[in-house]
Amino acid sequence: MSSTLAGWLQALALVGALALCYRPLGDYIAKLLTTAKHLRVERGIYKTIGVDGDADQRWPVYLRSVLAFSLVSVLFLYLLQRIQNHLMLSLGFKAVGEHGAWNTAISFVTNTNWQDYAGEATLGHTVQMAGLAVQNFVSAAVGIAVVATLIRGFTRSRTDRVGNFWVDLTRICLRLLLPLSVVFALVLVANGVIQNFHGFHDLATLGGDTQSIPGGPVASQEVIKELGTNGGGFFNANSAHPFENPTGFTNWLEVFLLLVISFSLPRTFGKMIGDHRQGYAIVSVMGIFWAGSAALMTFFETHASGVALKAAGAAMEGKEVRFGPWATSLFASSTTLTSTGAVDGAHDSLTPGGGGVAIFDMMLGEIAPGGTGSGLYGMLVLAIVAVFVAGLMVGRTPEYLGKKLGGREMKFASLYILTTPAIVLVGTGVAMALPGERANMLNSGAHGFSEVLYAFTSAGNNNGSAFAGITVTSPWWDTALGLAMVFGRFLPMIFVLALAGSLAQQQPVPATEGTLPTHKPLFVGLLSGVVLIVVGLTYFPALALGPLAEGLH
Amino acid sequence: MSKPLPTSVRTHLTALRALLVMTVILGVLYPLLVTGVSQVAFSQKANGSVVKSADGKEIGSSLLGQNYNLPKKNPNDPNEQAQPDPQWFQPRPSAAGTGYDPHGSSASNLGPNSDDLLKAVNDRRAAAAAFDGVDAASVPPDALTASGSGLDPHISPAYAKEQVARVAKARGLSTDTVSALVAKYTEARSLGFLGDPGVNVVLLNKALSETK
Repeated sequence: MSSTLAGWLQALALVGALALCYRPLGDYIAKLLTTAKHLRVERGIYKTIGVDGDADQRWPVYLRSVLAFSLVSVLFLYLLQRIQNHLMLSLGFKAVGEHGAWNTAISFVTNTNWQDYAGEATLGHTVQMAGLAVQNFVSAAVGIAVVATLIRGFTRSRTDRVGNFWVDLTRICLRLLLPLSVVFALVLVANGVIQNFHGFHDLATLGGDTQSIPGGPVASQEVIKELGTNGGGFFNANSAHPFENPTGFTNWLEVFLLLVISFSLPRTFGKMIGDHRQGYAIVSVMGIFWAGSAALMTFFETHASGVALKAAGAAMEGKEVRFGPWATSLFASSTTLTSTGAVDGAHDSLTPGGGGVAIFDMMLGEIAPGGTGSGLYGMLVLAIVAVFVAGLMVGRTPEYLGKKLGGREMKFASLYILTTPAIVLVGTGVAMALPGERANMLNSGAHGFSEVLYAFTSAGNNNGSAFAGITVTSPWWDTALGLAMVFGRFLPMIFVLALAGSLAQQQPVPATEGTLPTHKPLFVGLLSGVVLIVVGLTYFPALALGPLAEGLH
Repeated sequence: MSKPLPTSVRTHLTALRALLVMTVILGVLYPLLVTGVSQVAFSQKANGSVVKSADGKEIGSSLLGQNYNLPKKNPNDPNEQAQPDPQWFQPRPSAAGTGYDPHGSSASNLGPNSDDLLKAVNDRRAAAAAFDGVDAASVPPDALTASGSGLDPHISPAYAKEQVARVAKARGLSTDTVSALVAKYTEARSLGFLGDPGVNVVLLNKALSETK
């Protein structure tokens, strides 16, 4: 079979598998977000943590719960790393340094999973398992919880209640993420991903060398790293490491896992608002961008460009033989479009075009399909903007799903779309203005600028992948990227929750002849256009200095 | 009766309790469960797919590539470049430590227009062509580039084919024997269409060491 045919088949199989999951998984998530019934174990948990599982919260209370949970998580994770040398299974690693621990704590709590450390040389099993992997679950659940409040904002009327954070968090973790993780972790182990509590063990090779074989609970972490769109690798090489991703099949499965929840959530949205067509419209826009990105990335990576890659004859630098350019491209597009940031090859060594696609994917704001929950709320905010733009064209007050989009709503939506670009561009600008920080890039010229732009784009959009040549372990970089991750995660969340609260209070307006239908191809086109224009106008100058300049080199 | 705690303090205490409960379930019980089942059902794979020689010694993992170099002329000289051993199939260049070091999995991270990468590719092309006695233009891309992990256990079938004659000569075997081993350790795409085919160098070299 030719590489081209195999490449097309793996992509088609992926689309087929995602399509098969769309209805059942989306409906299942809708049910767990709306049912009044608690499981017995959940009732036990509510009792233990001291909350009333039947009482819904007002949006400010919901927000304070999210922020309190995240703050406590950062402190706990920071503490675990700082006392690592006293913990079980620490493998003799010393405590993580102050700014490194802060950066990692922020990174995992914000679902970014940017890594300024090499896992196998820094962290013992306890921190990985009881610290990082737990955040992989709960940060993913927080994203889904927040989008649930936004959907409730559309479905509820004349109420100030948007849901109960503790109930949403518990249900998403226990009913959705945990069972899927157990099943697919075992599938990964059956295909070669390791799962043990050993440290390194040395053996003598046939070549007369000594090699250390690493150990660790990798599969249990690998699966939730993809499923929760987290992306923080157990090992430095992330999903390129054969112990995280041993075969072409595990690679395909990992791409599937990192897409499946985010691509099914539009069904949840359609189900909860009682109109599946609205879900199809949203998922179509996500699908268009995903397919376009995957096609472009594959084109660039299968046509080597750049003097060094051309000299090698193919873009194999930073790629594994068992994946090859096709599978690596599919992974690279999917991971940068979902805020996952796991990588199965080195993004720094992608072709100029491929690297540009990766940066552009993140600049879209992680909405196609985006991180778990955060992708859908990002897309819904843009849908609100699209409806507003259409309303301006015909000169009437816009409404979306029966809710009027007035000044208050548009203020929150505008703040949402301004936040991340501000973080990314200001951060990149400051780093480039400081000669000392700029010097941390590995490559020079336009590609060096791309490393800096990639770093802030990745942190601000909570992606976590990197043009990893850049050295980011200095206090300045740890702090600056940490701040970019915090603001990039929580400011948009605040605006979404405020928007949810504002929508929930409204009395629905009946649809009239003048109402813009938001389930038709026209709206899919309009929304896609708004996404492109917002991103294009914001980031074009930065893209021109980096990947575009490099591609024209 | 003491004063009730302020709401903000109570919220944070609730958050702490929730985090601790989640840590017990997701950070302790879940990995223990997965490890327990894995160790019973898939123990060989769960422990790193370790490969043993005919006499029962552990010689590596079938998933992690290795170096196959000649002994150093002066073992105390850290600057001496390792030279490939013609008796073995050679893996791809590696950016993990000094090569295939699992303590430091890594890619080179050199960009597509990097001068350093260009020089490395040209040097490797010349070296591989001379070592394997082939035309420089025919050396395949995977022989000239470092992998994403630095631990890639595979080489492309083309690179394996290039090395057959050199290995056969160094070991006094027929090229047919060596070619047959290469064919045997060429792994097809998963399920026939996922990923790319590759030759597992660790398993191939092990089989070679057992062939007389």
